[in-house]
Amino acid sequence: MSKSIEAIDLNVYYGDFLAVEGVNVKIEPRTVVAFIGPSGCGKTTFLRTMNRMHEVLPGATVKGQLLLDQENIYGSAVDPVRVRSKVGMVFQRPNPFPTMTIRDNVLAGFRLNGIRMGRKQADEIVERSLKGANLWNEVKDRLDKPGSGLSGGQQQRLCIARTIAVQPEVILMDEPCSALDPISTLAVEDLIGELKEHFTIVIVTHNMQQASRVSDKTAFFNIAGTGKPGRLIEFDYTDKIFSNPTEKATEDYITGRFG
Amino acid sequence: MSTQTRGSMVAQSTETQVETQPPAPRSRDNAAGRMGDKVFAGICLGAGILILVVLAGVAAFLLRDAVPAILASPEELGRETSFWGYVWPLVVGTLIASGIAIVVATPVAIGIALFISHYAPKRLSQPLGYMIDLLAAIPSVVYGLWGATFFGPLLVPMYAWLAENASFIPIFGPTYSAAGRTLLTASLVLAVMILPIVTSLSRELFLQTPKLHEEAALALGATRWEMIKAAVFPFARAGVISAIMLGLGRALGETMAVTLVLSQGPLTANLLNAGNSTIPAEIALNFPEAFGLRQSELIAAGLVLFVITLVVNMLARAIVSRYKEFSGAN
Ligand SMILES: Nc1ncnc2c1ncn2[C@@H]1O[C@H](COP(=O)(O)OP(=O)(O)OP(=O)(O)O)[C@@H](O)[C@H]1O
Ligand SMILES: [Mg+2]
Repeated sequence: MSKSIEAIDLNVYYGDFLAVEGVNVKIEPRTVVAFIGPSGCGKTTFLRTMNRMHEVLPGATVKGQLLLDQENIYGSAVDPVRVRSKVGMVFQRPNPFPTMTIRDNVLAGFRLNGIRMGRKQADEIVERSLKGANLWNEVKDRLDKPGSGLSGGQQQRLCIARTIAVQPEVILMDEPCSALDPISTLAVEDLIGELKEHFTIVIVTHNMQQASRVSDKTAFFNIAGTGKPGRLIEFDYTDKIFSNPTEKATEDYITGRFG
Repeated sequence: MSTQTRGSMVAQSTETQVETQPPAPRSRDNAAGRMGDKVFAGICLGAGILILVVLAGVAAFLLRDAVPAILASPEELGRETSFWGYVWPLVVGTLIASGIAIVVATPVAIGIALFISHYAPKRLSQPLGYMIDLLAAIPSVVYGLWGATFFGPLLVPMYAWLAENASFIPIFGPTYSAAGRTLLTASLVLAVMILPIVTSLSRELFLQTPKLHEEAALALGATRWEMIKAAVFPFARAGVISAIMLGLGRALGETMAVTLVLSQGPLTANLLNAGNSTIPAEIALNFPEAFGLRQSELIAAGLVLFVITLVVNMLARAIVSRYKEFSGAN
């Protein structure tokens, strides 16, 4: 189920602007990889190329290869819609569908793709996904209330439930805790630890403690200056990155000597 | 970290600015400022009262002048029926014409709006948007002339075909108007007339759909159409209903176009032939020569139209508020 991801000489553009240049990285299945780096270095941009969400923006393009297991998702015959149903994404700001109930939010991935199922099966999926997202106990009595009526942290976990409900192979998370309080953050971090058993997870974070708590490997991105493209500077085991990084730039960043 | 400190510094500096600069001018013309507030509040209150007075005046006028006809006996009116017998075919004609117009215009308008907002490349979507807005600027008398002299005749072959092949449905045939000046033509002209307003309002709403929700749908593996169903329509639903009701209001009250297009007559089920009428067209056509009770009768018909539009508006509000809990406003 869980798949590896490999980027080969990946360049990412917004129109003519080269935002991320020459990324080569291989992410193993069933691991958690954290992306860290200063603001504007292209973490979000690169993350969004991994499920072809990048090209949703007008003028945004990608050059190079991105292999999901062995298949290049930028191959000419590949349908981006199919890629996205295999590579789930959790956004920085919680974005449950406001007009849907909590239950329908969890089932949104199936409904969207026109998959029909019986009441019993749907109930099972809802319960399994909400339990998987550590949200079941808090919402089990109000599944028919709108998803927008939950707290921010609950909404974010609802979004995670929605993502894992469709059993993707990879889950991408873009600063999933940046809008959450410490307790909800901890809940999401615990969750990431559990999800790792089934999914490959890539998480962008500005919180170094979080990176060291949740990830197996860490990728450090950096940018030489405004208008310059972001680059992957170093990719290694998280322990190594935070204790004994190879690159000077990485060390400067994690010790707070950056900029 | 660095951005945070920079952020707080910016906040501080604006705070100090606020504290140091404005107090001087504020204290200087404080009295004048308070006076201005009072004057403005007075103007607002006056305007509000004026609107209510005008509305009440219109309603009172309609009622006063309508009552004699409503109470009059058939003999007094000089026809076989009472006022209600006279007005209900007009009500039915009005509702049919507006109903057809809205049923035809809504899907087209939503389709065009969606095309402009979510499908067309920018190069195409902007001119298309302008063109639709231009349609709204055409005076209704021009629509009427166009409908009567061009669009109606254009539809005649279709009417002939319908009369021949679909006349088992009572509204299509068996006879048809060779001039095309029928209630169906009038309805379709109305549809064209309300198209721009429904389209441009819907387009604005579709464009305002939060990117956040669109991307949520796309990231779940939705196609563009599935994304539209999951994110765009639910977001825009209440607003689109309001837009449709606005269009319906315009269709209900449209006078000139219907008067010019329709060759009026008594109520008939056959929409392909002359006949039928609507309240506004009936009033416009007969009012110039009307006096006494006949005039009162036409005013009463106007009152009925007023009540219909009121009910339509209230229905729209009820529908919109039904979705409030799930509107995402909370
Ligand atoms: N929609 C866009 N159009 C054009 N340029 C963009 C767009 N989004 C991002 N960029 C540019 O691409 C570069 C990388 O941005 P990105 O959002 O990926 O950074 P990031 O590492 O995620 O930053 P942060 O930590 O602040 O989220 C920046 O120079 C940014 O200005
Ligand atoms: Mg980002």
